[in-house]
Amino acid sequence: MSKLIKSAAVAGAVAAALAAQVTTASAAEKEKCFGVSMAGKNDCAAGPGTTCAGTSTVDYQGNAWTLVDEGTCTEIELPAMADGEMRKGSLEALDRDLPA
Amino acid sequence: MFDQNRNNRLPNRAGLGYKPQHYAEIMDNAAPVRWFEVHAENYMGQGGRPLAQLRALSERFPVSVHGVGLSIGGEGPLDPEHLARLKHLCDWLNPASFSEHLAWSSHDSAFLNDLLPLPYNAASLARVSAHIDEVQETLGRQMLLENPSSYLAFEASDMEETGFLAELAARTGCGLLLDVNNVFVSATNLGYSPQSYIDTFPLDKVGEIHLGGHDEDKDDAGRPLLIDSHGHEIADPVWALLDYTLERAGPLPLLVEWDNDVPEWPVLAAEAARAEAALTKVPA
Amino acid sequence: MSQKSFTKALLAPDLPAPDGLNDGHGAPAGKRFAVYRNNVTVSLIDALEAGFPVVAKLIGAENFRNIAREYLRTEPPASPLMMLYGKGFAAFLARFPPLAKYAYLPDIARLEYALRESYHAADHTPLAPEALGRIAPGALADVRLVLAPSLRLVVSPWPVHALWLYNKREGAPKPVAMAQSVLVARSGFDPEPHLLPQGADRFIAGLQAGKTLGDACESAPEIDLGAALGLLLGTQSISQVKHEELP
Repeated sequence: MSKLIKSAAVAGAVAAALAAQVTTASAAEKEKCFGVSMAGKNDCAAGPGTTCAGTSTVDYQGNAWTLVDEGTCTEIELPAMADGEMRKGSLEALDRDLPA
Repeated sequence: MFDQNRNNRLPNRAGLGYKPQHYAEIMDNAAPVRWFEVHAENYMGQGGRPLAQLRALSERFPVSVHGVGLSIGGEGPLDPEHLARLKHLCDWLNPASFSEHLAWSSHDSAFLNDLLPLPYNAASLARVSAHIDEVQETLGRQMLLENPSSYLAFEASDMEETGFLAELAARTGCGLLLDVNNVFVSATNLGYSPQSYIDTFPLDKVGEIHLGGHDEDKDDAGRPLLIDSHGHEIADPVWALLDYTLERAGPLPLLVEWDNDVPEWPVLAAEAARAEAALTKVPA
Repeated sequence: MSQKSFTKALLAPDLPAPDGLNDGHGAPAGKRFAVYRNNVTVSLIDALEAGFPVVAKLIGAENFRNIAREYLRTEPPASPLMMLYGKGFAAFLARFPPLAKYAYLPDIARLEYALRESYHAADHTPLAPEALGRIAPGALADVRLVLAPSLRLVVSPWPVHALWLYNKREGAPKPVAMAQSVLVARSGFDPEPHLLPQGADRFIAGLQAGKTLGDACESAPEIDLGAALGLLLGTQSISQVKHEELP
C-alpha cells in the first residue's frame, strides 16, 4: 500500500467513524451505571470476593469422580476434537472461515 | 487523599459489612445503619465500580477497612507487596479504622482463603508482635486485631487466647476487635465459658465489636461443633453475650457481618436495628 | 506442627490431620481439622464458580465443582486478591484430558477472565471523538492511539462470542462453527464482549503494540477500518491520540 493511498484510507475511515458516533455515544451513556442493580443485569464480571467466614456447605473432599452428562455443552454441536491430531484437522477446517 | 471529617472515627452505633448489591438502598436510606465495613482485598483493583462505590460510600459514612489476607499469624514474613497495597488503600481512603485477624492465611506462595489457627505461646507472641509493629509502622496508624473462631486446639499452646491478645496489645499498642460470635463459637467448640472469656478479655482495648451468624454441626464424638458461617441471623445466645459484654465495656461500634447467602436489605437492616437496641440499654 | 504441614494437609484430602492438634477435649482433631479443609476447598470452588459462570453453565455445576476442586489443589491462589484468582484456569482446562472434546472451553475461560480483568482495570478519561476530527486528514495515518486500560482482546478459532451469548442472554442463537475474536471493552463500569469484524483483532493488537494507525491498518489489509474505529470510539476505548507534530 502506498503511503498516499494508506493516508487517504485512514482519513476516510476516521471520517466515517466520527460520523457514526452520534448514536453509539449516547447508547454508551445509557450503559453507565454507578450502582449495580440495573434491571435484570447481574454484576457477574466482578468475579469472586473475599471471605472472613467459614462454610457449613460440606464438600465431598475426595479426588475420585466422573464426568456427568450435563450443562449446555451437550446442546451445542461443534466439531469434536478427541486428541491433538483431530484437533489440528478440525482447526484446519475452521481455518476456512478465518479471514484470508 | 480524602479530606473528610466524618470519616475519622467509628461511632458507637450499628454498622454493617458492605455488600455492593445493596448500594442503591444504602444511598437511598441506610437507617438504622450508621457506618460500613469493607474487606480491604476487594478494593485492591486498579479502578472500576468497586473503587467508585467505596469513594461514594466514604463520602456519606464512616468506613472501616477490614483486612482478611495479611496473614499476620503466618510463620513467614509479611508479604511486602500486600502491605504496600494496604498502605495505598488506607492513604487513599483514610478510613475510620483498620483491622485484621489473629490468624494466618498464606504459606509460601499459596493463599488459602481461610483464617487459620495458631498456637498461643511465646514464639507466636514474638512473631505476631513483630508483624503488628510492622503493619502499624507502615500504615502510620493503630490497627485493631480480631479474635478468631476456633475449631481445634494446639498441644503447643501454653497461654489462654485472652492473655495472648492482652499481651499483644500491651507490646504493640494495637487495639482489639472483639467478635462476640467468635467467642461463642470457640467457647462452645473448645468447651469453656464464653462469659469467663469476656471477663478476662482486656475490654479497655476494644475499638469495635463484631456480630455474625453461625451454623451448628456435631464433631466425631457427637459434641456441638459450631461453624462461623456468617450466613444467618445472629443467634440469641450471641445477643445475650453482647449484652453481657456491653454492660462491662460500655458502648462500642457494633458491626453486623453477613457474608454467605446474603439476604435482601430489610433483613440486614433488622439485624442492625437489633444491635442499635442493644446499645440503648447501655449507659453511655 | 508447622504451617507447612498444616497447608499440605489442607490441600490433600488423603492426608491425616497434622500432629500436635486436638479437639480441645483431649481427643484427636479429626473432623475439627476437616472444618478448615472444607472452608478452603468450598470457598475456592465458590470463587471459581463466581469467576467462570459460563464455563460452569457449559459443563454443568457438578462437573465444574469437581474440576475446580482439582484445580485449586494444583494451583491455589498466589495472592489474597481473590478478584484475580483463576488466571491459570484456562490453561488447566486445556490440559485436562476428560474435557478434550469440548476444546472451546479454555477460550471461554480466557474470555471470562478478560471480562474480570477489565472490570477491575484502571479508569480512564475517554478521548472526545472531536479530537480525532481536529487532526489534519493527511496526518492521521501517522498518529498513535493510547487505548483504555480496561480493553482486552480474545482471539479464538472457536465461536467464543456466540458461545458466551448463548449462555448469558435469553434467546441467543445456538453457536455454529466459526472463528471469532472478541473485544472486551468497558464504557463506564460494565465490561461487554463485542464481536470483532474480520481483521480488527490484528488491527487493535497493532495499536496496543504502539503501531501508528496506518501501520496497524496495514497488518490487517481486509479490515473495515471505519467499523473498527467506530467500535473503539463507541465503546469509549480510546484514551489519547499521539502525534509527533501535536503540541
